[in-house]
Amino acid sequence: MSLEILLFIVFSLISVISAILMITRSNAVISALYLILNFAGLAGLYLLLNAQFIAVTQVIVYAGAIMVLFLFVIMLLKPEHEKKFLEAKPKLKIFAVAIAAIIFLQLIYLLFFSKPSESLSPEMTKSIDSGTIEAIGKQLYTNYLLPFEAAGFLLLAATVGALILAKKKIE
Amino acid sequence: MTIPIEYYLALSAFMFLVGVTGVLIRRNAIVVFMSIELMLNSANLTLVAFSSYLGNSVGQIFVFFVMTVAAAEAAVGLAIIIALFRNKLTLNIDEINILKW
Amino acid sequence: MLNSLQDLYHIIPLLIVSGGILVSIIVEMYSKDSEKILFALSILVFGAAGLFSLYSVNNVSILFNGMLATGGNVNVFSFIFNIGAFIVTLLSADYIRKYGTYYGEYYIILQSSVLGMMLMAGAKDLFIIFIGLELMSISFYVLAGLNRKRYNANEASLKYFLLGAFATGFIVYGIGLIYGTAQTTSIDILTVRFPQLTGNLLFLAGVLLFLVGFTFKIAAFPFHMWVPDVYQGSPTVVAGLFSTGGKAAAFSAILVTLAALFNGNVGSLFTPYLIFVSALSMIYGSIVAISQDDIKRMLAYSSISHAGYLAIGLAAGNSEGTAGIIFYLAAYSFMNLGAFGIVALIEGENETNLSIASYAGLAKRNPALAALLSIFMFSLSGIPPFAGFFGKYYVFFAAIKSGLTWLALIGILSSVISVYFYLRIVVLMYFKDQGEEVIPSKSAMGMVGVVLSAILVVLLGVFPGSIINLISSFL
Repeated sequence: MSLEILLFIVFSLISVISAILMITRSNAVISALYLILNFAGLAGLYLLLNAQFIAVTQVIVYAGAIMVLFLFVIMLLKPEHEKKFLEAKPKLKIFAVAIAAIIFLQLIYLLFFSKPSESLSPEMTKSIDSGTIEAIGKQLYTNYLLPFEAAGFLLLAATVGALILAKKKIE
Repeated sequence: MTIPIEYYLALSAFMFLVGVTGVLIRRNAIVVFMSIELMLNSANLTLVAFSSYLGNSVGQIFVFFVMTVAAAEAAVGLAIIIALFRNKLTLNIDEINILKW
Repeated sequence: MLNSLQDLYHIIPLLIVSGGILVSIIVEMYSKDSEKILFALSILVFGAAGLFSLYSVNNVSILFNGMLATGGNVNVFSFIFNIGAFIVTLLSADYIRKYGTYYGEYYIILQSSVLGMMLMAGAKDLFIIFIGLELMSISFYVLAGLNRKRYNANEASLKYFLLGAFATGFIVYGIGLIYGTAQTTSIDILTVRFPQLTGNLLFLAGVLLFLVGFTFKIAAFPFHMWVPDVYQGSPTVVAGLFSTGGKAAAFSAILVTLAALFNGNVGSLFTPYLIFVSALSMIYGSIVAISQDDIKRMLAYSSISHAGYLAIGLAAGNSEGTAGIIFYLAAYSFMNLGAFGIVALIEGENETNLSIASYAGLAKRNPALAALLSIFMFSLSGIPPFAGFFGKYYVFFAAIKSGLTWLALIGILSSVISVYFYLRIVVLMYFKDQGEEVIPSKSAMGMVGVVLSAILVVLLGVFPGSIINLISSFL
């Protein structure tokens, strides 16, 4: 077994198990910590896929900034624990899980039926080159300049919006 | 790249549906929001996997924008949740029902 | 990238609105009297951008390395968004003070949402669709919860936010699958490759997920649960913006992205889904609206049924349908904004006078408002001389042309049902005397906004042919 396959199995197990634990824990803080673990597992998978820049951003921005914001809010508000899985509205919940399972089976069937790998001929060097900060930065400031500028306005609107919704005093 | 792309896509589909299930079964607004973040991340995995196997960086740039949007959404969403908590002292979406669904 | 000064000329509407946002932030920081200045500035920005879009409607070009289109129907949409926002600004002048949220930030967020809509309509790449959609949606979440002391508004904004973000998840996953199978995010290339890709199930799954996400955003049937609650809890003028600008922008994004589906070359792949959405939205919206007592909830259900009429044009999948949708969106935006504007004028302090009973005997106390509201209600129900009738006429015509006569019949049936609840208000206003004494608030700006929408509704009803010819000439 090559190292790549071994690492894939390790990282995907981390991601899958932490995702399931995230939605089943009744304490929101523990859920948030499992989500961070999930993001770490995903960062590992991104590295396996030669996406270095995204892997680093995943850890710094997602796990480091966004999730810390979540943790701050959870600890600030101290929400009460939720009821156990089947205590409230069990029928609705079982129905939701069943629907999700059916859609999952359909997607898996679709995936292995349409075999996207047949039309793809992955080249290692091209793949490595496309994931560097250099390649992404170059694209971002030339071809994707307009979405980049628009994203600036998005962050500006979100900052103004978050301030107006959460600031303590209104005059 | 000995692993066929199907395995990455299947993993991503699985996590996406775990996220969807989380949105449907959880009652705490923050946990529902975290499940939505999980959905966005599994979509990111699809984008990165395709990007890497196609050998062009477009998918990874898209992921960069998804992260920007997720950060903006987190800021606004958590501000909304805080504003609601100040008025009602609950995060349970079953109790947030003055307006009938 | 821009190559010359000439290119700058093409994006002037975008520059005006984005410049407006930046100037507004600076004014808000330094001025004590920012509320009045920002109101005037927003009026100026939206008016200038809207009129310039119409003036430069023939300057068709593609900019930023194939990222953004200008001219043609993009500018028609830009006109709808900007003039819609212009009317919303006029209506807000006195309303947001009455509602208790007179922050200057209101106008900044309003301008951001319009910038998002304009980007969506002009998109030539999935990147722009996504960023524009999120810019608009995030601004909407904030606008819904603007008065954070009011629990209603908090709740509306949380519901809108959670369901909107959920839909975004679907859209991103759909875009991921589309990108992977089509190997591009450029909409032009996507349109060319669409016929070959229709055999690829993974691609179709991606398009379906994308459509499902946008069904949330256009507020159509299976994903409509949030609409009445959000409209009821948000400020009335803002709810007017959600139901017109938001819907128009989401439809423009569907038309742009899936252009291949609507020019008659690919055939009827997603027609069953669109028929399902369209037929059920029309019937469900019209029937549930009958039993509503709150006027904002009634308008919300009416908005769901209008999403259904518009989706007939999508299901028809021909260029008549596309032109019909654009005309319908213009008509619907102005008539619905007018209706919401009058609701905002009638509404008292602390969200009172929102029940339908408050409109009894309005004709005696304020004949002008009653006459205007009658125009909007006639137009919404699709009675001939007004714009709403021609909107419905064009989409039904497109459906019949592509062989979906029975869908057009469902549309006509649902219009007949809807006449009941629209005209109920007219009957209440004119033929019932013993209403409670409801005094509409005096707002000169608000009246200007309502009269302006009435003028546009009548104009679109008088000259439908020349406008539809203009729209069709760009298809």
